[in-house]
Amino acid sequence: MALLEVKNLQVRVEEREILHGLTLSVNAGEVHAIMGPNGSGKSTLSHVIAGKPGYEVTGGEILFKGEDLLEMAPDMRAAKGVFLAFQYPVEIPGVATMTFLRTALNAQRKARGEGEFSTPDFLKKVREVAASLGIPQEMLRRGVNVGFSGGEKKRNEVLQMALFQPSLCILDEMDSGLDIDALRVAADGVNKLRSPDRAMVVITHYQRLLDYIVPDVVHVMSKGRVVKSGGKELALELEATGYAQYADAAA
Amino acid sequence: MNVAATQIDPAPVASAFDAVRARLPGTESVTERRQASFDAYASKGLPNRRIEDWKYTDLRVLMREVLPLAAAPDQAALQRAGTALAHLATRDTTKLVLVDGVFAPSLSDLAGHEAAVEIRSLAEVLRDDGNGNRADLLNINASADAMISLNAAMATDGVLITVADGASVGRPIHIVHVATQSKAATYSRSFLKLGSAARATFVESFVAAEGAAAYQANDAVVIWLGDGAELQHVRLMEDALDAINISTAVFTVGAKAKLNTFNLTSGGGVSRYQGFVSIGGEGAHVATNGVNLLKGTQHGDTTLVLNHLVPHCTSREVFRAVLDGRGHSVFQGRINVHQAAQKTDAKMMTRALLLSDEAEADNKPELEIFADDVTCGHGSTTGALDESLLFYLRARGLSEKDAQSLLIQAFIGEAIESIADDGLRDLAIAAGERWLEARS
Repeated sequence: MALLEVKNLQVRVEEREILHGLTLSVNAGEVHAIMGPNGSGKSTLSHVIAGKPGYEVTGGEILFKGEDLLEMAPDMRAAKGVFLAFQYPVEIPGVATMTFLRTALNAQRKARGEGEFSTPDFLKKVREVAASLGIPQEMLRRGVNVGFSGGEKKRNEVLQMALFQPSLCILDEMDSGLDIDALRVAADGVNKLRSPDRAMVVITHYQRLLDYIVPDVVHVMSKGRVVKSGGKELALELEATGYAQYADAAA
Repeated sequence: MNVAATQIDPAPVASAFDAVRARLPGTESVTERRQASFDAYASKGLPNRRIEDWKYTDLRVLMREVLPLAAAPDQAALQRAGTALAHLATRDTTKLVLVDGVFAPSLSDLAGHEAAVEIRSLAEVLRDDGNGNRADLLNINASADAMISLNAAMATDGVLITVADGASVGRPIHIVHVATQSKAATYSRSFLKLGSAARATFVESFVAAEGAAAYQANDAVVIWLGDGAELQHVRLMEDALDAINISTAVFTVGAKAKLNTFNLTSGGGVSRYQGFVSIGGEGAHVATNGVNLLKGTQHGDTTLVLNHLVPHCTSREVFRAVLDGRGHSVFQGRINVHQAAQKTDAKMMTRALLLSDEAEADNKPELEIFADDVTCGHGSTTGALDESLLFYLRARGLSEKDAQSLLIQAFIGEAIESIADDGLRDLAIAAGERWLEARS
């Protein structure tokens, strides 16, 4: 059984259909890249998997570990192991990063019927992971993402991923707004989390990110569907030819 | 509403005053002052929306009538108040307990307080034969408000606290108002005088004993800060949800003094907290912060009048309201900068967070400036919780309610964080958490 099964998914935003029957299957241990031009529906897919309000699913289904994901509230999806690394992580003034991390981790553990982490264990774990990602302690005391640079915000997403240990990570345009150095640090953090129990879906417009996070499978999306799937060489091919041919194919 | 207003007949109230005047402490000039105050009240009646200061809190509609004076607490009432006190999770404070507006020495910490602090009950002072001239205690000149007049007429008790010049009082002085009765009115008036260069923290709590309902509390507190004095004041109003609480605080701030006052209203069905601050000495700094947390059909009014009378003073006002259900918050903030008060630096910011479509926030910030060399500003916003922040938190595993709670705590945090003392700040945070817990 695949970890994530998206079957013939149709999604509307207000009156406009964005996904027109998208099918995707991701197994544990695999890294899938989803590429495509702007407006092809990549981010919509990531939002619908995470449960963002404002999208209407008019057809199809999403199964996660065999369960109907669309029936679950966003927090339940998180507790079950779905993690969306946001393209634009929000700033939350007044909520210290450390408080946020502890509240979120304990909420997930509670939902799974597990005990809360003890504070010393938690602090030790956070400090360890933060150090490996080059996140200074001082940042953890600040409001969530408040005053963080683009690179710091993305590293904060990876930090959460490492803490929560989700079984499905969706990285939505992780490379947007990052220079090469910042991208390398974030990608290294992601690569450390690759594991046979975990799948990753890397959504990106550019091939560049895939030099650092090398995918097992590459999908090309156009106009709300997956129009081609292949190995990692497909990404290189796209880099050479562009998306124009797929726009025609889907039309 | 007009009909309701015209149906109010002052006669029953007047006879109620006649019935209880013998019980009210004080003789001669005090009695005369009470009568004059009562007459002042009776000539005006309950404040209503035609009076500009009470525009959003029409007591003829919201309160309708003044209930009979609560009986002096008996042994059973004191016992119930004691139980309520045990539930009051406060840290080490010098507690001065008023039960239904009457000072209860048996429930208060009178033995342990520091030598530099003198504590007497208002009833004792007013009854004392040598104090026939203490009618001044019933004067509040900050406002010609009918509810203050009513308080002067009816005040049964309270505490007078004096902190000696230069004294630094470590333990917070804590007045706890406990209501035990139902359908009765209580009137209390307390005083805090900080000598020059004295430092103290002062807490006021309003709570209900189990079973107390639909009571009316009318409290006044008069506070002086001598030159160079520093006061941290925290008021937490957690009265019963069907109670009415009308409270007045009057502050007079001396030169180079520092006043930091914080109010949190989360209780009471109808409430008004009106503060009048006069800055009368140069180089003083005043921070007035407040939070209204209201749900159901609660109506909470916070009205602050700040008078800058002299040059070179600063003031900061931060107010937050969080409204659920049909909660209605009123914030009226007025800063008067008098002609002499050059170089005044005054800022006021008020923000309201609406959690439901039926909640209402009325914000009325006002600046009146007669000096020409000042820095003054105010701002006001009203809005809902940010959906993108809520989704981010939910995507990280927080339930809808927990995500809201975290954002609400952050929203009121800016006002609460102004409390310098860690222990008192925790008290305010805990009061906020109790409100969040009770939200259904």
